Amino acid sequence: MKLIVNGVEEAIVSPPLTPLLHVLRDELDITSPKAGCQQGGCGTCTVLVDGEPRRSCLTAVATVDGAAITTVEGLGDDGALSVVQEAFYNHYAAQCGFCTPGMVIAATALIDRKGGEVDRDDVLEALGGHYCRCTGYIKIVDAVIGASRGDVEGVRDVPVSVPGEPEVLPKGSPA
Amino acid sequence: MTADVLFPTSADEASSLYGDGTDITVVGGGTILLPEIAAGRVRPGRALMLHRAGLDTLRVDGDRVVIGAMLPIAALLDAPDEALSRVAPHLADREVRQGATVGGNLAAPAASDAHRGDLGAPLIALGARVRSTGAGGDRLEPVEEYLTGDRDRRLVLEIDYARFERRTGTTSLRRRHAHSYSIAAVVACARPDGSDLRVAVSGASPTSVRCRTVEATRDANDVLSDVEPVDDAVASAEYRRAVLPKLVREALDQLELA
Repeated sequence: MKLIVNGVEEAIVSPPLTPLLHVLRDELDITSPKAGCQQGGCGTCTVLVDGEPRRSCLTAVATVDGAAITTVEGLGDDGALSVVQEAFYNHYAAQCGFCTPGMVIAATALIDRKGGEVDRDDVLEALGGHYCRCTGYIKIVDAVIGASRGDVEGVRDVPVSVPGEPEVLPKGSPA
Repeated sequence: MTADVLFPTSADEASSLYGDGTDITVVGGGTILLPEIAAGRVRPGRALMLHRAGLDTLRVDGDRVVIGAMLPIAALLDAPDEALSRVAPHLADREVRQGATVGGNLAAPAASDAHRGDLGAPLIALGARVRSTGAGGDRLEPVEEYLTGDRDRRLVLEIDYARFERRTGTTSLRRRHAHSYSIAAVVACARPDGSDLRVAVSGASPTSVRCRTVEATRDANDVLSDVEPVDDAVASAEYRRAVLPKLVREALDQLELA
């Protein structure tokens, strides 16, 4: 079997019934898709399979043999954040961040699908299967709508970790 | 993880490999089965993976619509009949619908905490038939008979129904979360002149049920003669008994029959 993961062709040796999630995390060391509930209920393992968002925990790797897989690692160009990632940052749409990879992937797919501005109902439908236990969703919905409008300021002051120094925390939420 | 994984490339090959269903686990979309396998609760000796078997199409064949068992539920959003296109958006969420299949929705046994199979009601209301194979040979039977019959060691291949002008009523009650199974869901279909009325209920009891008494009397209160609601994690039987006649009445009203 093979997968094209974030543009790179990978030969896969995991058994055919292995969930795509575990192939990505354990065989390919791509760890943005999180192993949350692992029964399809939380959404944080969501990846794009040939452009369509799918639950990687529910997808046997053999069923996507040869497909193009996109994870958060494959978003943005040359290390820059994608528009959706920038919007999540600027709207404080992440707190603990565990759900964020699935949210960002599903939001990216929604905006690609719509090809323009999305409204609140579009976002609720697209993210209806994604749990966030921190933010209360309002900032996430705002971020996705903002990203669809191209309403991002660009990310400034991205915190950088310095070895040996205490971890630099992102600027605090105004809430 | 598993000793032997089979990849049939046609429906005939899938049927042949399935045989009488002894010691073989069918993997459709995997949305129900994969967590069980990953957690070690199901350990298939042989697994039959159907994604290359050519069963993932919906085609209009003369006056019949033929749906392959591997058609993703997401594809039903564009189905040619409202009974399916109106119910499908309420099944799970966008990502799960991309993987979950029509055949899996019909064939899945009830879960420990809820009753699956929300496609039962629209398919029964459309008068759909199930073509399956396995122990006892090939069978072509109405969906309601398939659901109440012996489903053990059966492989669902196709579902088909006759196409004609219909009016459709759909109502359901569910918790406000994408992953909640229905508390109860009703689908009613009839010709514009009111003939060929078919009414079905999903979610209220272990399998979807055709409501023959309601079809005969057209009285929504008679639904409790057809359906025996049960208690589960989603709702109580008492609550279901209270809401079912109201849901059926609303579905019948949507038909706007004289």
